Amino acid sequence: SSWWSHVEMGPPDPILGVTEAYKRDTNSKKMNLGVGAYRDDNGKPYVLSCVRKAEAMIASKKMDKEYLPIGGLADFTRASAELALGESSEAFKSGRYVTVQGISGTGSLRIGANFLQRFFKASRDVYLPKPSWGNHTPIFRDAGLQLQAYRYYDPKTCSLDFSGAMDDISKIPEKSIILLHACAHNPTGVDPRQEQWKELAATVKKRNLLVYFDMAYQGFASGDINRDAWAVRYFIDQGINVLLSQSYAKNMGLYGERAGAFTVICSDAEEAKKVESQLKILIRPMYSNPPMNGARIASIILNTPDLRKEWLTEVKGMADRIISMRTQLVANLKKEGSSHNWQHITDQIGMFCFTGLKPEQVERLTKEFSIYMTKDGRISVAGVTSGNVGYLAHAIHQVTK
Amino acid sequence: RPSGVERTVLPRSAAYRTDEGQPWVLPVVKKVEQMIANDNSLNHEYLPILGLPEFRANASRIALGDDSPAIKENRIGSVQSLGGTGALRIGAEFLRRWYNGNNNTATPVYISAPSWENHNSVFVDAGFKDIRTYHYWDAAKRGLDLQGLLDDMEKAPEFSIFILHACAHNPTGTDPTPDQWKQIAAVMKRRFLFPFFDSAYQGFASGSLDKDAWAVRYFVSEGFELFCAQSFSKNFGLYNERVGNLTVVGKDTDNVQRVLSQMEKIVRTTWSNPPSQGARIVATTLASPQLFAEWKDNVKTMADRVLLMRSELRSRLESLGTPGTWNHITEQIGMFSFTGLNPKQVEYMVKEKHIYLMASGRINMCGLTTKNLDYVAKSIHEAVTKIQ
Repeated sequence: SSWWSHVEMGPPDPILGVTEAYKRDTNSKKMNLGVGAYRDDNGKPYVLSCVRKAEAMIASKKMDKEYLPIGGLADFTRASAELALGESSEAFKSGRYVTVQGISGTGSLRIGANFLQRFFKASRDVYLPKPSWGNHTPIFRDAGLQLQAYRYYDPKTCSLDFSGAMDDISKIPEKSIILLHACAHNPTGVDPRQEQWKELAATVKKRNLLVYFDMAYQGFASGDINRDAWAVRYFIDQGINVLLSQSYAKNMGLYGERAGAFTVICSDAEEAKKVESQLKILIRPMYSNPPMNGARIASIILNTPDLRKEWLTEVKGMADRIISMRTQLVANLKKEGSSHNWQHITDQIGMFCFTGLKPEQVERLTKEFSIYMTKDGRISVAGVTSGNVGYLAHAIHQVTK
Repeated sequence: RPSGVERTVLPRSAAYRTDEGQPWVLPVVKKVEQMIANDNSLNHEYLPILGLPEFRANASRIALGDDSPAIKENRIGSVQSLGGTGALRIGAEFLRRWYNGNNNTATPVYISAPSWENHNSVFVDAGFKDIRTYHYWDAAKRGLDLQGLLDDMEKAPEFSIFILHACAHNPTGTDPTPDQWKQIAAVMKRRFLFPFFDSAYQGFASGSLDKDAWAVRYFVSEGFELFCAQSFSKNFGLYNERVGNLTVVGKDTDNVQRVLSQMEKIVRTTWSNPPSQGARIVATTLASPQLFAEWKDNVKTMADRVLLMRSELRSRLESLGTPGTWNHITEQIGMFSFTGLNPKQVEYMVKEKHIYLMASGRINMCGLTTKNLDYVAKSIHEAVTKIQ
């Protein structure tokens, strides 16, 4: 007999299931709108030109492969902090922060979650927006924390339930941990406006909450890295010492290279040093030290003026294409004669869009039109191209008219 | 501080050095990296959660052998991990959730005395509450304390987990002989103890992949279900790319599939999916007969240099008439050697001779070069004769 007779089969990954079904479909018009990765207007993965240039530079330098420090590549972590906080940030200039390299967004979130479990004794509760990225819950749970929620998305309007959010957040017990999506909320694409962020900051400060920002789309949301980091920077300016997780998966297209960073804003540089030492103690028994390749590429891009400029142009290009697909989808729905209000499609931002479609409608889209998305009606706008946006609009109109 | 040839900074971490004292990117790795760089069809898309399929299959095949019955019977699984550490951690997290009941944090975990210091942290952070040591290093005879080891296994509670070094024990360089492994396996089978192998030096230890995997394969042939955490940091020189693999051997396909499905959940909340660059390099190399042959050659180059340094150091010490016996230098294997120097002697080496070894007397043999052998030998001689 086996040691593992009692081990249950894990549930199938819902998003993976979408892709598997898509692959099996023989319809030439099929569309995969479940994919959480950028696609160009031909529906192909896009390797950024600045990434290829950085890779060529790396190849020509003939570097060794010695272990990175536990906290990662210093040029990378410093550049990441500067990218997020802004070069004129007092927190950045004074050095009252620590940034460690993490395994993309997930790994960075997990380091922070483990850190909170070990050192933040005031609370075990992490408040997530409703809904949030599906992996947030198991990450924090596996780290030993408990999950709570605050209202966020209003399915009636397909936009932010701001009064609901403020109501819930104002009642969160003091010193609880609250997770906020810095920009391009996943999965809804619904972000607060700047005035709303200001009110959120004031409430969070009043409730003395520990703020954890997840920023996976800086630059990728609006096309402007400073605009997308505005909320993070505003909170820090208001004296809120946040935790921050960054990912370069989407904005640099470095998905499989796992480039990310975790930052803690501290009271002073001395506190930052202490926090850093504890983060290293957490990281070492997880994977010893982080992978070089993605961090090296990102570091070269961020630290080489020409490449950084090129990157900013390319990330804006990706954001603009997404925004243009949103616009075209709405225009095509109008052309189809749809009488519904589809404004939320262009109001929402980032890779994902909560269409408002119901599960039955999603099922029809899949069965009748070979259009694949998750049951909650979420589409990845990255999977839409100028070649298939008409077909998509037609299909959506058919199942909603 | 003396300069030039007398200045000997032995690498503190487990990293290979050439005879010029430099890091070494394997020629086959350079070649494959160039191939990857020239291949415009490649992109940076996410790998599956469990990793690159070609990497996983080939990596496990390297550990278990081409003709492994477990592979033939389709009862193995693989999880691409971030280095050997990552593989250990995924395995530990899984065991804590699913081994010996559900979430049984009380299952004893046995780690050799001494061992790589991170082993303890991995299992503590995975949630195990009862971490123990098993006898391993006999300081008096400078060798394996087999009787102590076997006694500990006899006394261990049933179902205890034992972390075994597949070869080139870190830090002692002292491995059980095949006969001793057989005795170990017999006790573990009888007492229902779980073997978790740490294989960080396959090929690097003896120069032969098969020889260095003998123990793991023997346990498989004896019908054990086991885990083997593999690292490609040293034998591929891919340290900072974080290439590792957790090989799972089970009773049958069905059990292994369920285990992997749960490991997938653990991976998803730890790093989501693993880094692609290093896995591509290894997969490409292992899948091509020509590149595979080149790799084995590169590995043998490293292993042979270390073996040469061992024999050269030993012969110098014996020529100098340094008090004590020095055969352990050549009997030990792998990157490290437990010299037998005590903390005071080590301090002398560090402070007076600027030769950096660990307080335990552990030396990284990769730090020895033809240029510094004389100096190191003379320094050891001084330390042993001047300091007691």
